[in-house]
Amino acid sequence: MADMNLRKEDFEVVGKDLKSSEEIVRKSLTYWQDAWMRLKSNRVALVALSIIILMVGMAVFAPMMTEYSYDEQNYDVISQPPNSEHWFGTDELGRDLFARSWQGARTSLFVAFVATIINVTIGVIYGGISGYFGGKTDIVMMRIIEIIYSIPRLLWVILLLVVMKPGIKPIIIAIAITGWGGMARVVRGQVLQLKQMEFVLAAKTLGADTGRILLKHLIPNTMGPIIINLTFQVPSAVFTEAFLSYLGLGIPAPAASWGSLAQSGTKMILLYPHMLLFPAALISIFMLAFNLLGDGLRDALDPRLRA
Amino acid sequence: MCKKSGGALMLKYTVKRFGIAIFTLIIIITITFFLMHAIPGDPFQQSRRIPEEILENMKVKYGLDEPLIVQYFKYLGNVLRGDLGDSMYYRGRSVNTILADSFAVSGKLGLMSITVGAGLGIFFGIVAALNRNKFFDYFVIVLAVIGVSVPNFVFATTFQYIFASKLGWFPVSRWGTWQQAVLPVTALGFAYIAYIARMMRTSMLDVINQDYIKTAKAKGLSGTQILWKHTIRNAILPIVTILGVAVAGIVVGSLVIENIFGIPGMGKYFVQSIKQNDYTMIMGTTIFYAIILIAMMFLIDVVYGLVDPRIRLD
Amino acid sequence: MSENKNEKLKNITEKEDVLLNVKNLQVSFDTYGGEVKAVRGVNFKLDKGETLAVVGESGCGKSVTAQSIMQLIPMPPGRIKSGEVWLDGRDLLKYSDKEMEKVRGKEISMIFQDPMTSLNPTMKVGKQIMEALIKHQNMSKSEAKDKAVEMLKLVGLPNPERRAEQYAHEYSGGMRQRAMIAIALSCNPKLLIADEPTTALDVTIQAQIMDLMADLQKKLDTAIILITHDLGVVADVAKKIAVMYAGVIIEYGTYKDIFYNPKHPYTWGLLLSVPRLDVKKDLRLVPIEGTPPDLIAPPKGCPFAARCENAMKICKEKMPEEIKVNGSEEGEHFARCWLYHDLAPKVDNPVTKRRAKLNE
Repeated sequence: MADMNLRKEDFEVVGKDLKSSEEIVRKSLTYWQDAWMRLKSNRVALVALSIIILMVGMAVFAPMMTEYSYDEQNYDVISQPPNSEHWFGTDELGRDLFARSWQGARTSLFVAFVATIINVTIGVIYGGISGYFGGKTDIVMMRIIEIIYSIPRLLWVILLLVVMKPGIKPIIIAIAITGWGGMARVVRGQVLQLKQMEFVLAAKTLGADTGRILLKHLIPNTMGPIIINLTFQVPSAVFTEAFLSYLGLGIPAPAASWGSLAQSGTKMILLYPHMLLFPAALISIFMLAFNLLGDGLRDALDPRLRA
Repeated sequence: MCKKSGGALMLKYTVKRFGIAIFTLIIIITITFFLMHAIPGDPFQQSRRIPEEILENMKVKYGLDEPLIVQYFKYLGNVLRGDLGDSMYYRGRSVNTILADSFAVSGKLGLMSITVGAGLGIFFGIVAALNRNKFFDYFVIVLAVIGVSVPNFVFATTFQYIFASKLGWFPVSRWGTWQQAVLPVTALGFAYIAYIARMMRTSMLDVINQDYIKTAKAKGLSGTQILWKHTIRNAILPIVTILGVAVAGIVVGSLVIENIFGIPGMGKYFVQSIKQNDYTMIMGTTIFYAIILIAMMFLIDVVYGLVDPRIRLD
Repeated sequence: MSENKNEKLKNITEKEDVLLNVKNLQVSFDTYGGEVKAVRGVNFKLDKGETLAVVGESGCGKSVTAQSIMQLIPMPPGRIKSGEVWLDGRDLLKYSDKEMEKVRGKEISMIFQDPMTSLNPTMKVGKQIMEALIKHQNMSKSEAKDKAVEMLKLVGLPNPERRAEQYAHEYSGGMRQRAMIAIALSCNPKLLIADEPTTALDVTIQAQIMDLMADLQKKLDTAIILITHDLGVVADVAKKIAVMYAGVIIEYGTYKDIFYNPKHPYTWGLLLSVPRLDVKKDLRLVPIEGTPPDLIAPPKGCPFAARCENAMKICKEKMPEEIKVNGSEEGEHFARCWLYHDLAPKVDNPVTKRRAKLNE
């Protein structure tokens, strides 16, 4: 016990000092503020989001940026590599590939977004009903999804297109009415969980506030997984359309879609690789961006799922 | 409770899954049948390519003059007997023979792809998890995201262009030699290497943080013992379920890969039959795909039951 | 190699009975937020066959201390800054991981809080016991199997042969903890560390498990370190008690010392806040106001100063040393508190005061 200059004054009683022991108290955030903060700090996700916004913007405005239209054939400039006149080059019929690529973007993105919205709506309603009613209804409804999912989505889409014949409307319908199973399962799971909470609430409160509390809990709890699932649905829809058009089962020529452009480009790949490069790159970048955004959203909205 | 309860539970579980499999298959056959017969213009009647005698045979066999529901049961009966009918395009050839020939090819391609995909995927996933936040880990994560985002036809054509056309390391197309197999298998399997690697990595990281790994360490077991008997053994469970998804994906992927590489497999014939309006072929192939996939899911369920003792209580 | 040996054997002059001697253990974690100083200078001794209870609230560093003894803390974020852990004359902290493998499970064993997650779900329970036996005792598979069944019997499981062939999910919570004890004691270790072994169990099962541990200790002469936040569990079992707060042991003594003559204001707070069934109704529970300090930036003085009504100027400036206080005859009783320095004013002991009042 080697004392070093301890004096009597040092032992003067000062008592408690609770303020300093509770100093580090962070501001409390709502779920959405917290999620937004997390998303903002995820640079990869933000870059992905900006790419998506950029591409959508280009799809809307780019065909107006050049003087060439997407279907204008010009036999003087066939199969040209990218140059100052034709930024993406031309195809074997002399059409400007820049215009065609972004026109294709319009088609592909339109199909993907519309199909996804319908898809998500079906999924949310189906899952909501299944979860809300529970019991036998739930079991039957989930079994139906299991059975449908025993065949891959693309096969269903192909079959539906065989029945409906290729075209934009059929493709949107085919993509929209397949692939809602994942969303349905997610929403059903959430609703089942919330139902339990509801009973607790019902026991606690007199029921007056239940509606508002449900709204305050229902929306944050289901919106998260819905948004995440939705974000992953879009690239899946883009891929499905591209895949089909690539095989010639989707959007037929001369209408441009990323898939059909990729197909035409593949035919000429040995001589003119640029014809495949641009549509392939656009599909890949778009899907990549959405997948990264989806990952970022998942980390922000539900860190427990973080890989 | 008898000592044999483990085995009896397993049997009950297997029978249940089998029943579900058969039921699912019949539903799929039904849906396919009615979908095909919803095609406007009833092509089964009016294909001009079919000569009179064959059309007469078909009328008898499929009951083409009779009400749809009768036709359905006739078709179902045929299918359950293993008869998928005759191709409407390739006169004189039955759907079965075409499928058998092409399945020999696609089966090999698919098997190789899933083996490469799962094998490399699991390996990469384990190594990535063990080297968290170091180079290999980032490499696997990047690979995983790219593999899932870039469509397989982009990979296929790119590989074909670079490795076959430009570098000449492998033949551009066709099937038969192992060299011809390399590019298609890689293109098909790439997405699954990526997907499975990511899942395996996540699963490994999950398991490593579990208490029972600490218990194993506290017992004095060596790192290697813990890795194999405890960590990997448990981490690989979720991958077994993913294999079902992977096989389905490879079936779908083969549609485009076989086209690009000119491989005479089921995928190529399926796409062809759609363009040729060969409806019996389309139905037959769909049902065959369904059989393969449902059988695969059943097998995976059984394997999973064997591997994870908790499942058998279901 | 011989140099190493000398270092490790330095403490042979220690008393014969001392099994474990922990000296100035300091463990930190490097996190994104900074260095979390989880253990800041812990000292204690444990004799052969003795039970020491380490009591403290969540986050005080008791688990980290225990796991550091066995080097179970993952060393990337974790870091042993300094300290020595002498077991039977060797400093375990100097052992490599490979050398520790021979110690773990054989000389020191550990059981954890949650028996649900502490057992491998895909491996039969019997096999999990056999693993330790095969590794440390060099048994053959059939020998190990027999011993495993024996251990399950020893921990009180009926039908041990059948139970050995089952999986963890087929056991109840209490049974799983018994299985954990079987695994831990299978190789007859000198020391068993039980990290909150009953926290996740029902109260009735808690009592059974504590009885089982006491019973086995007598049979196998194992020393036990019992980690808990629940003073109630400690009373019947522990010979010595160490009270931990914010990474340091703030009081240490025999159970008589701690319960009947506690010295540290934190200990007083703990004892005054425990509900009692044997007292008349108007005995107020006195909670300790405030919260423990954040260990990323622990205060430079006594960690309890902010919540202590007897805090003095010196308490905020310097960490108190371990000061010996009036101990019972059986051993040391010390408190890390400036109140027991010669220059400190005399303070009332609220615990003894309350007992006196109740006895009136």
